[in-house]
Amino acid sequence: MTQQMTSPEHIEYVLRLGDNALILGQRLSEWCGHAPVLEEDMALANMSLDLIGQARMLLTHAGRLEGRGRDEDQLAFLRTEPNYRNLTLCELPNQDFGRTMVRNFLYSSFQKLLWERLMTSSDAELAAIAAKSIKEARYHAQHSGDWVIRLGDGTADSHARAQGALDYLWPYTAEFFATTPVDDAVAAAGVGPVWSELETAWEALVMPVLAEATLTVPARTPFRSYGKFGRHSEHMGHLLAEMQIMQRTYPGAQW
Amino acid sequence: MSGATTAMLTEARAWQVLEAVPDPEIPVISVTELGIVREVVATATGLRVVVTPTYSGCPATEVIAQSIRDALVAAGGGDVTVETRLAPAWTTDWITEPAKEKLRAYGIAPPGGDAPVGPQPIRFVPKKLACPRCGSTDSVRLSEFGSTACKALYRCRSCLEPFEYFKPI
Repeated sequence: MTQQMTSPEHIEYVLRLGDNALILGQRLSEWCGHAPVLEEDMALANMSLDLIGQARMLLTHAGRLEGRGRDEDQLAFLRTEPNYRNLTLCELPNQDFGRTMVRNFLYSSFQKLLWERLMTSSDAELAAIAAKSIKEARYHAQHSGDWVIRLGDGTADSHARAQGALDYLWPYTAEFFATTPVDDAVAAAGVGPVWSELETAWEALVMPVLAEATLTVPARTPFRSYGKFGRHSEHMGHLLAEMQIMQRTYPGAQW
Repeated sequence: MSGATTAMLTEARAWQVLEAVPDPEIPVISVTELGIVREVVATATGLRVVVTPTYSGCPATEVIAQSIRDALVAAGGGDVTVETRLAPAWTTDWITEPAKEKLRAYGIAPPGGDAPVGPQPIRFVPKKLACPRCGSTDSVRLSEFGSTACKALYRCRSCLEPFEYFKPI
């Protein structure tokens, strides 16, 4: 790896990508043994594994860029809540299968577009991770997209649950495209894309599926979430407690 | 170790050794047939092997690296290091043709050789896959994910048996 000055924004950006994958991967793992049918139990566990694998690559990369000797485990398990930079959407509770699928659809559609763009990042390692992850994100988006249509355009109960999930989750999607100084810096350096372009592409991707699912897209609200700045929802602390307990109890423990 | 000549493996011989290292999840095919061994380089003291993961979170990755190391060391490969390389990303196109036949005989429908490149439509209309047991194309997809991330689950409506499909990526 070439030694060059890496901006703090660049490190934070990679950390954010790693945290998104880690936290949603942790959430999806909660389904293991609890999904409505065996096939979906395996699907959710596999998607969780994909995300945790992506998190390992991204956090390892962030740790190297940072140059303070922190590895993937230290970054994943030994930070405190305000130091996680994931989108709030990723940490929200799974609730029912419907909300889990609607979230996966909104998020993996975003990820698919983001990885496509990061494949040409000026950060070669990030571009390699993106080329690997895009192949996984495509299947996640296909899987959840099929379920959103099946549930939305399904029974009265499944429709009501899918609509409730969309109403609940929609305001959090604004954070995908919220531009911060970190986003400006990485866009200027050719590391990451400009969000405004991605937002248009994302809407073009998700709107037809939501329409086919007979779901009503809520209006944008003034509510803003701030996970990118480390200000998390009340759900984050509980998730971290469960995820970190082994490393906190046995510091330095390895598999 | 006085006077012992260090008989290192040649690269060609190392490839032959690796042809006998099975994939831990699908033992009918080897790690070379799966296409994950990208490079074998003879070094001053042994061998350097470059592998690429199939999926980011594939739990078999570490077992595979260990099996490769064990096999080459046992064959006299000296110091064996296994490196992971991400780019170019693994594709099912790298699975060899004979290996695809072995997959079919094992009960896994092989990838169709149509790994998606570039933008894909979000809706996925499953192909009519041929059942690896009876050959019927009257099959239905049960789930996008099977027992591992790399496979999807299908059911044959002719012989009524479930089967797995190695997804193209």
